[in-house]
Amino acid sequence: MKITTETGERHVLAVTVDNEAGVLAKITGLFTARGYNIESLTVADITADHALSRITIVTSGPPPIIDQIIAQLDRLVPVHKVTDLTDQGAHVEREIALVKVAGTGDKRIEALRLADVFRAKVVDTTINSFIFEITGNSEKVDRFIALMRECGLVEVGRTGVVAIARGAEAL
Amino acid sequence: MTEMSGADMVVQALVDLGVDTVFGYPGGAVLPIYDALFNHPQIKHILVRHEQAATHAAEGYARVTGRPGVVLVTSGPGATNAVTGITDALLDSIPMIVLTGQVPTTLIGTDAFQECDTVGITRHCTKHNYLVMDPDRLGPILHEAFYIATHGRPGPVVIDIPKNVQVAVGTYSVPARIEHQSYRPQVEPDAAAIAEAIELIAAAERPIFYTGGGVINAGPDASAALRQLVGLTGAPITSTLMGLGAFPSDDPKWLGMLGMHGTYESNMAMNRADLIIAVGARFDDRVTGRLDAFAPHAKKIHIDIDRSSINKIVPVDVAVLGDAGRALDALIAAWQDKGHKARDLGEWWRRIDGWRAARCLDFPEKKDAAAEIMPQRAVKALFEATRGRDPIITTEVGQHQMWAAQHFGFSAPNRWLTSGGLGTMGYGFPAAVGAQIARPDRLVICIAGEASLQMNIQEMGTVSQYRLPVKIFILNNEWMGMVRQWQELTYESRYSNSYSDSLPDFVKLAEAYGWTGMRIDTLGELEEGIQTMLDTPGPVIVDCRVAKLANCFPMIPSGAAHTDMILQPSDVTGTMDDEAKALV
Ligand SMILES: Cc1cc2nc3c(=O)[nH]c(=O)nc-3n(C[C@H](O)[C@H](O)[C@H](O)COP(=O)(O)OP(=O)(O)OC[C@H]3O[C@@H](n4cnc5c(N)ncnc54)[C@H](O)[C@@H]3O)c2cc1C
Ligand SMILES: Cc1ncc(C[n+]2csc(CCOP(=O)(O)OP(=O)(O)O)c2C)c(N)n1
Repeated sequence: MKITTETGERHVLAVTVDNEAGVLAKITGLFTARGYNIESLTVADITADHALSRITIVTSGPPPIIDQIIAQLDRLVPVHKVTDLTDQGAHVEREIALVKVAGTGDKRIEALRLADVFRAKVVDTTINSFIFEITGNSEKVDRFIALMRECGLVEVGRTGVVAIARGAEAL
Repeated sequence: MTEMSGADMVVQALVDLGVDTVFGYPGGAVLPIYDALFNHPQIKHILVRHEQAATHAAEGYARVTGRPGVVLVTSGPGATNAVTGITDALLDSIPMIVLTGQVPTTLIGTDAFQECDTVGITRHCTKHNYLVMDPDRLGPILHEAFYIATHGRPGPVVIDIPKNVQVAVGTYSVPARIEHQSYRPQVEPDAAAIAEAIELIAAAERPIFYTGGGVINAGPDASAALRQLVGLTGAPITSTLMGLGAFPSDDPKWLGMLGMHGTYESNMAMNRADLIIAVGARFDDRVTGRLDAFAPHAKKIHIDIDRSSINKIVPVDVAVLGDAGRALDALIAAWQDKGHKARDLGEWWRRIDGWRAARCLDFPEKKDAAAEIMPQRAVKALFEATRGRDPIITTEVGQHQMWAAQHFGFSAPNRWLTSGGLGTMGYGFPAAVGAQIARPDRLVICIAGEASLQMNIQEMGTVSQYRLPVKIFILNNEWMGMVRQWQELTYESRYSNSYSDSLPDFVKLAEAYGWTGMRIDTLGELEEGIQTMLDTPGPVIVDCRVAKLANCFPMIPSGAAHTDMILQPSDVTGTMDDEAKALV
């Protein structure tokens, strides 16, 4: 017999939660236990009193599954609010990558030239390496990393996506 | 605000919260709380024989009273033994508080003696859990935990308390308003949704109510409202396993349970309906059967307090988020405000009567006194003998559970205790213990299978200790009948490891624990045997020998449509394809 899995559209969720032990485990555990995808997850506390954290989750699934994910998150006791930024409309997504490239000669020059095109910053350099810092949406970061593979890529670190809705309103 | 030890705070909070009973088992990490209990005789502690039984007893207590069951166990093995019952309560939406001892905060994470990561282990089988690191937080957390366990969709909450937090002195405080910052379930239904729902109900030609455990959760008033609304509309009603008792089974509008082992008339009516009014039911796979064939012609209204239950499995047309009782009240009010009158559903009822004529719960049997007892007959006889005594019935898991659901009639909520979601063998007997503790004067009977009963049979000691008059009625077929039935239907009768070998002599076992033990072997002995059980004071175990190879019908095979019910043994083909075999 065939074992089938479903694919679907990408959604960015912003979740505000109590900043307390176990919350992240609860949320990631929910995703694994119910078989939902996590493409990216970031978390940091966002209030002056450190009471709340904001989690940005990039997930994918058919619309009924996205609806379930939101409902399942929303009923967790420490979760204050779940917002589907994708559903809400225009929003800005950013992530940062640190990209280490090693090499000399033409490759090194090409890496620097491409970094300039992508507005990546050089944050560290030795005689035969660079570390670039690039900020942008995931697709831009992906493209930059793909190009760097041709230019001596040795290591990548990425933050995952943070996102926020456009306009004056808060969540 | 008073200074006291953490352990005293725990007990004080229980007293303040109106707890009269705790089911538990002591151990090193909860000794301070046990010592505090010693000084608080207003809380009755029921000493079980295994922590799993404490959790099921607490579930039983909760199901009959509507109040949360409270459990107290030690760290490590005490906590892990409780996990099955905690998960059972989560799946069946039972309010429960489980207090677990933990190693001192200074030793957490060191693989200390009887340390386990209780909050980690129970994170996904609780509605919420806490590790308390500061005695001053005990008061607020206990009060909040009760709020969470009982508000919205009920469920189990674990509070893990390190031993040094129990010993330390701190300030006991009660939150002024027990309302959680982020957890505020919607109770009142949305007026627009009610208005939309009532128009659909008034216009439907083939409506059916499909009700579930949520009506029981919503309290006896919700059951009363359900009866009123069904009466106003004149529509037929079916229920899940978990909702039995919310509507009286002797009412002509009652079609019996639906789903895998539900009645033909319920399942056919669901399939042919043009409107389904789901109230506190979660479209479980035992109920829907093959999803693409589930109620294909019906618009669906779904009343549920948990947003995640709505559209989870079956997309619905009108979602009413809120408490079942409030929503039913609102529907009644809307029906009356609009001056709706019940439609003529004569044509619909004629079709239903046609399905009823199949008499799907009939079973073949021999009627002479020496004949073997059909298990269905035993349940029917038990029902007849206890009519008018308003018994509380618990079950274990298996064929006997389904026969009890099919052949025992209920006319009020909180009398039917069964493990539906997790299907936990070993639930029924301790649940009966909890029910009997909560309702000492009532007749409590556990309808058991001989295999399931053995999963928590050690609780016979608890029953003896507290002199509980619990009756256990075993439908003894010498097989794990439900497993054997599936093997017969799916695996060409290769009965792999499903025989209940080396059974104890239940009569002697009863005697060993100071109970009365009885055996019923033939049809001729059945009624008298049941009467003797009922007339015997104190706990009784009845070993009722029944037909060994009887199967539970009707049955919708896994993954089949409601219309593909197997009504009789002769309908069985004996083979199944892999797709069907892969379903549970
Ligand atoms: C061997 C075996 C066979 C089974 N066969 C069948 C079968 O044939 N038919 C059958 O029906 N079941 C059967 N079951 C049980 C089945 O597995 C499910 O447990 C059951 O169908 C679920 O019942 P429910 O939909 O009423 O939901 P429950 O589990 O009782 O859930 C209650 C629902 O109501 C909601 N709710 C809770 N409180 C409220 C409130 N105050 N107001 C509004 N909503 C509320 C909850 O959010 C939830 O959605 C079987 C189980 C076993 C072990
Ligand atoms: C703890 C647990 N283990 C295994 C099962 C799987 N199971 C479901 S029914 C059943 C057989 C039950 O046999 P018995 O109690 O004798 O009842 P019968 O079906 O014969 O009425 C088994 C093993 C279960 N539900 N629970």
